[in-house]
Amino acid sequence: MANKISDETMEYVGILAKLELSAQEQEAAKSDMEKMLDYIDTLNELDTSGVEPMSHVFPVHNVFREDVVTNGDNKERTLANAPLRKDDSFEVPKTIG
Amino acid sequence: MDLLNLTAIELGKRIKAKEVAVADAVRAVLTQAKAVEPEINSYVTLDEAGALAQAEEIQKKIDSGELTGPLAGVPAAVKDNLCIEGQLTTCSSKILSNYIPTFTAEAVKNLQRAGAVILGKTNMDEFAMGSTTETSYYGPTKNPHNLMHVPGGSSGGSCAGLAAQECFYALGSDTGGSIRQPSSFCGVVGLKPTYGTVSRYGLVAYGSSLDQIGPVAKDVADCAAILEAIASHDEKDSTSVQREDYDFTSALADDVKGMKIGIPRDYMREGLDPEVADAIWDAAKVLEQRGAVIEEFDLSLVKYAIPAYYVIASAEASSNLERFDGVKYGYRTPDYEGLHNMYKKTRSEGFGAEVKRRIMLGSFVLSSGYYDAYYLKALRVKALIKQAFDKAFERYDVILGPAAPTTAPELGKSLSDPMKMYLGDIYTISVNLAGLPGMVVPVGKDSKGLPVGMQMIGNSFQEKTLIRAAYTYECATEKQYEAPADVTAAVERAAGNTAAENPSCRQPLGGTSMPEVEPQDGENRNQKTGREA
Repeated sequence: MANKISDETMEYVGILAKLELSAQEQEAAKSDMEKMLDYIDTLNELDTSGVEPMSHVFPVHNVFREDVVTNGDNKERTLANAPLRKDDSFEVPKTIG
Repeated sequence: MDLLNLTAIELGKRIKAKEVAVADAVRAVLTQAKAVEPEINSYVTLDEAGALAQAEEIQKKIDSGELTGPLAGVPAAVKDNLCIEGQLTTCSSKILSNYIPTFTAEAVKNLQRAGAVILGKTNMDEFAMGSTTETSYYGPTKNPHNLMHVPGGSSGGSCAGLAAQECFYALGSDTGGSIRQPSSFCGVVGLKPTYGTVSRYGLVAYGSSLDQIGPVAKDVADCAAILEAIASHDEKDSTSVQREDYDFTSALADDVKGMKIGIPRDYMREGLDPEVADAIWDAAKVLEQRGAVIEEFDLSLVKYAIPAYYVIASAEASSNLERFDGVKYGYRTPDYEGLHNMYKKTRSEGFGAEVKRRIMLGSFVLSSGYYDAYYLKALRVKALIKQAFDKAFERYDVILGPAAPTTAPELGKSLSDPMKMYLGDIYTISVNLAGLPGMVVPVGKDSKGLPVGMQMIGNSFQEKTLIRAAYTYECATEKQYEAPADVTAAVERAAGNTAAENPSCRQPLGGTSMPEVEPQDGENRNQKTGREA
């Protein structure tokens, strides 16, 4: 069955993805996504009832190590990458009204 | 003696024997890179001064006996999604076009410990999303065997750079075939190790459950030696596996007697270019003549690997790429109103079309109401695909087939139809879903002179079986690495153009930056400008 995605859904996905698409980009994205979902729907031909979702191929679960600092003080070099810096902080637009 | 024709191991031997100075080897590849880069565009960053400085350091350590390994002093290139401290690491994306990491990827550190000279960072599809290296912000890389064709992707820069002799080996990364497919298209040897074998620490994540770093090499012996150098258990990567063996070079034996090799019927049927099919069958016959048992079989679920992959990879990508928001590093949009507008504009301007397409799809399949139907369904199918491989490996030591349905497509023919491009990953993608090792060796060329690669897939942790089969094939065919004719022509053209003022090898290269490449078309020009941003 051909998937149809509404403009509202596209806008919602845009919010989740933190992407702002132009009207033209949005149309193209919608059509691309519909085609992909049609294709992905072929997975429904497979009966997967009783099959556990496999997130990891090996039986590795939580892996812990001691929280020991091994790197030195990278403050200056880290902040050197900041698009905008104020003293020893990353500067961002006002977040609270 | 032309240094450039040596394999990494051969060069390493000569360096060890003091027949070749590390600096001379570095100068030779830098000269070659400068000659061919205007045509090939393998590198995003070529670090001439840094490479010569490393050469001096490494030479001292070799002379003092501190460095004795087979790769000591050998110049290598690294895909631009692997962080190197203090060196631009862009993922071929505008959003990271100014990013200087404060740490080095563990795989690269391992190479440095082995005495590698890191020449620079190679071009790739943006964030490794693509199969042609055409989605790079820095313009496409060209296939050295035919400059009208793509090198494949996403590790296209690593594979093309090696094929064009701009390095002696390279590192790539493989999420759905990104080492194996461009290795096939460029006529080099590439290996994607078992998931967890090489630490992903410092690899900019795309699909974390699928990504693996691996070697791109001139021949099988080089490939084994590089894998031996980069593989390690690393506490910094929680998915890193402590293996029982890391001595991959011990598998370089010319012997496949009794080895059981299965060829999936589904891989050799419709959709496969007849010239590629012929080359694969011929290669299988070579192994059969050497004593391997070849059988066709039905590997089920082949057609479900691509849809499952695009759900899982896009979901993971949408999550992994959330971090690029213009706050701590990378590109930030110049004009914005408030925080959320800054995020949105930064990301919309910083990511290319293919990356946005996958982030959108990934966000959708993870969103409430669709998560079970798409994401969990794909993870269930992944379990079934793994079971199908487990079943196959009860009967076979190796699964053999092509790496891609065709040889390298022409430039500019792939991106307009993403679905078609995705279908080209059909033989490589399931290997990542199942976490298996896969290796590609060149087995011939089509009538257009474009290379064909054979892919061999092994059971988990059975890289050695792949290396042994690949080495046996290489011995049987006496196959040796040779530079593609197109590159030789490119070098000659470059030498002819600049002969008057630049007698290549004799000119010292230290300290100067790469000359600005003359772009070949308008689009390229814009993207090249981005390099300086």
